Amino acid sequence: MMAEPVVALREMPAHTPDSGAWSGVRWALARDLKLALRSRAELGVQVLFYVIVVSLFPLASTPEKNQLALMGPGVLWVAALLASLLSLPRLFASDYADGTLEQMALSPYPLSALVSGKMIAHWLTTGLPVVVLAPLLGLQYGIDGEALAALTVALLVGTPILSLLGAIGAALTLGLRGGGSLLALLVLPLCVPVLIFGAGTVDAVHAGLGVAANLSLLGAGLLVAIVGAPLAASAAVRIALD
Amino acid sequence: MLEAIELAARRGSSRLFSSLSFSVEPGCALFVTGANGTGKTTLLRILAGLGAPSGGKVRWRGVDVAPFAQSLRDDVAYGGHLPALKDELTAEENLVLLVALTGETVDSARLRDALASVSLERQARLPARALSQGQRRRLGLARLALSRRPLWLLDEPATALDTAGIALLKRLITGHLEHGGSALVATHQALELPAAHSRALSLS
Repeated sequence: MMAEPVVALREMPAHTPDSGAWSGVRWALARDLKLALRSRAELGVQVLFYVIVVSLFPLASTPEKNQLALMGPGVLWVAALLASLLSLPRLFASDYADGTLEQMALSPYPLSALVSGKMIAHWLTTGLPVVVLAPLLGLQYGIDGEALAALTVALLVGTPILSLLGAIGAALTLGLRGGGSLLALLVLPLCVPVLIFGAGTVDAVHAGLGVAANLSLLGAGLLVAIVGAPLAASAAVRIALD
Repeated sequence: MLEAIELAARRGSSRLFSSLSFSVEPGCALFVTGANGTGKTTLLRILAGLGAPSGGKVRWRGVDVAPFAQSLRDDVAYGGHLPALKDELTAEENLVLLVALTGETVDSARLRDALASVSLERQARLPARALSQGQRRRLGLARLALSRRPLWLLDEPATALDTAGIALLKRLITGHLEHGGSALVATHQALELPAAHSRALSLS
């Protein structure tokens, strides 16, 4: 049995901290970008990985120009997916290991807002370089101008989906042994529709169908992922912490 | 006031504690002692809202709270085993980020004072990876000093601290209690605070 306190003090007044969703997004985005800039070597490795994977295909298959132009868009998409996957295991794992994720879950900001900020940072550091390099690498495959433009726009709309879906997988595999390979197994099948419609954009150009249908489908997928993925990933983070 | 009502927790199939009831009034500190593996950390995590108890409930300011409740996230400062420091960032950057994560803003004068109060002003611009274990802990204390949270939940805060650091920790907790805050501290070593403010709870 515990003694009653001798001095009863008045409770500290309720002090309402900032708990706005946008502030949470900004906090996580700014911090992750700062961390990425501090470890630029890691960023470089991801971009280099993408460039090397894309450049390996012509060496391993055929230098024949028409065939390269045919398989180019598919190769760029698969390489984009692999490059995004490369950095995903660390997306939450390092914050989980050093306790930052605990503090994030206990922050007044909505966890889904903080997670969104991390997702945006992931796309800016892995997706955006892929989009920017795509026209250059596409030239290497002899893809013609119109198709190349369509491919780049499709990558611009599609790669954020890869980051968003990937983050769900990264959160679900938090704290698991061999989480990295499990993450790939979880995320790769989910990305199949993005690949199909993304690479299909170029076929549509070649067939003279116009890119609107494919891009609309990708855009719709992006909207669904923007709404759903932060909620799913933050729920998974809470489960991992419990 | 923080109240625990008939709390129970288990790890796997073994029971850690059950029917644990206590309350922590404003201005009071509760020291939770107990051998290794008796559930001190689990208790703190439940109170912080990081996990659900297997039985019983937690009440904060007279309202039952579920894990991750907004009222807990607005009011609790949780100092766990893990320092939540990023090795790549400097001590100062880490501190600013941790304070910003609690929804507070801090001006540079208060920041300098807080770093000076834990004798880290000269390490402010060092990357966190260059800090010693004790200095990392001190950075955690600076975070507490800057926090306006009424409820502190501290898990073994004295670990790796030297005598000056422990004295600092005591001063911080005492000051916090005098301002009407409350604290729950899981600890091996008893921190001697003025008796009126501190009580002990033994998990065994």
